[in-house]
Amino acid sequence: MTILDDFFARAIVAGVGVAVVAGPLGCFIVWRRMAYFGDTLSHSALLGVALAILLQINITVAVFCTSATVALILILLKRRATLSSDSMLGLLSHSSLALGLVVLAFMSWVRIDLLSFLFGDILAVSMNDIAVIYGGGAIVIIILVLIWRPFFAATVSNDLAEAEGMHPRRTNVVFMLLMALVIAISMKIVGVLLITALLIIPAATARSLARGPEQMAIFASVIGAFAVIGGLCGSLQWNTPSGPSIVVAALILFLIGLLPVTYFLKRNKSGDVGPNYVP
Amino acid sequence: MAQKSSALITLKNAGLNRGQRWIVRGVDLAVSRGEVVTLIGPNGAGKSTVAKIAIGLERPDEGFAHRTTGLKIAYVPQKLSIDWTLPMTVARFMSLTDRISKRDANEALERVGIPHLAQREVRNLSGGEFQRALLARAITRKPDLLVLDEPVQGVDFAGEIELYDLIIEIRTSLDCGVLMISHDLHVVMAETDHVVCLNGHVCCQGHPHTVAESREYRALFGDRASKALAVYEHNHDHAHLPGGIVQHLDGSLTEHCHLDDGHHRDPD
Repeated sequence: MTILDDFFARAIVAGVGVAVVAGPLGCFIVWRRMAYFGDTLSHSALLGVALAILLQINITVAVFCTSATVALILILLKRRATLSSDSMLGLLSHSSLALGLVVLAFMSWVRIDLLSFLFGDILAVSMNDIAVIYGGGAIVIIILVLIWRPFFAATVSNDLAEAEGMHPRRTNVVFMLLMALVIAISMKIVGVLLITALLIIPAATARSLARGPEQMAIFASVIGAFAVIGGLCGSLQWNTPSGPSIVVAALILFLIGLLPVTYFLKRNKSGDVGPNYVP
Repeated sequence: MAQKSSALITLKNAGLNRGQRWIVRGVDLAVSRGEVVTLIGPNGAGKSTVAKIAIGLERPDEGFAHRTTGLKIAYVPQKLSIDWTLPMTVARFMSLTDRISKRDANEALERVGIPHLAQREVRNLSGGEFQRALLARAITRKPDLLVLDEPVQGVDFAGEIELYDLIIEIRTSLDCGVLMISHDLHVVMAETDHVVCLNGHVCCQGHPHTVAESREYRALFGDRASKALAVYEHNHDHAHLPGGIVQHLDGSLTEHCHLDDGHHRDPD
């Protein structure tokens, strides 16, 4: 416990926990082209914060419920498929963010640090927060492992998965709930505006290194953890805001990851015309 | 036709309505174990839709679709694009919906002739290689019913015949039913037990010979097509130019070559 008395150590433990959970989820978001979807869910988290303060309930629970509700609404709207989905997401994403800000402004009796919700306040992480992150994170990872095969199959081809006896709609709903949970537990680390970055950038970085989907998920976790550590150290060093620093660190790792891409591609191509090559 | 009681799937008067329009209507169809049923018809005839109704991806708005309980289906969809962001080797693709042992996977890949591609990324495969990988994956499931939506697209002609022969062989060795959608009339006719000719509704169905001689079939595909079934061997009446463009004997160019496009000489 002595190590965790230090706020910086707590921040690293909490941040690494979030990054490890965000990695595999982020892979699915990248594969399924759901980045904007993730944005919408995380922006709606601010509305959850406002509701939590208004109703005086636990913020994490309120954020989870709000994001989950928005996710389910989006799933239903998508089945109707009347509006083009990106304008639909754009509408919901920013209106829920704006709504959250307006509701917060109305509650003039509470003084809250808005910036900490928007960009995270990882240095103020308590032992309780760490327990929530690791408890919630464990649930997310366990469920994700359980739905991995059907959900991955549905990611490759929805029709194929359904034809072969899987239930893509069910797993899709489960995945949405997992995303809502991850948003709820990671809001404190990077804030509602930057959660998507923590989901997507490590996954995108892992892509060029991985040979298989499972490998990519694990790489994304590891890269995310490095981004958290690097970002926090950087923010301590240069006194920069911690949440954005983590995202910048992830970006730097992504850019570094771009370097060996050409090398890998070349190696792959020359492998094609090896002795086993059959035209 | 007299429907066998052992049908794996049965469609009775099935129809699908989308946006006030009947995509298909009044489809009767049955596939039994060990039988190859082929759906043919022009583009937009609703072939894929019928297949989707048959395997339960679409619920018919009219009539019904019945599948025997516990029916194990293996499906080769018409379109399957693997995103660049998704790293996946052929070996991993094999166990997409089932846990497959390495030996079974290799055996299936060998059967379709691409054992050397097991460690290759799926998105780097050529069209023909990819179709083979799809077929290999379907085999490993050891299905009761194999559903193939244009299984030879992007495959060159020699490979086409090979793949069709393979499908027939799989049917025999797995003793499964096969529901296939195809454009290659000449090969289909030679290899199929039962043909369903579709154009929004079932124009005609039955044994290939019966179908080829029916008036509806001729009206849909022209006289040439009905003669086409007589030749199993390929009549090479066109040339292949770079980029997949086909030049017919009369000099016209096309990206997709159809027997019924009027540019082919009569196979007689």
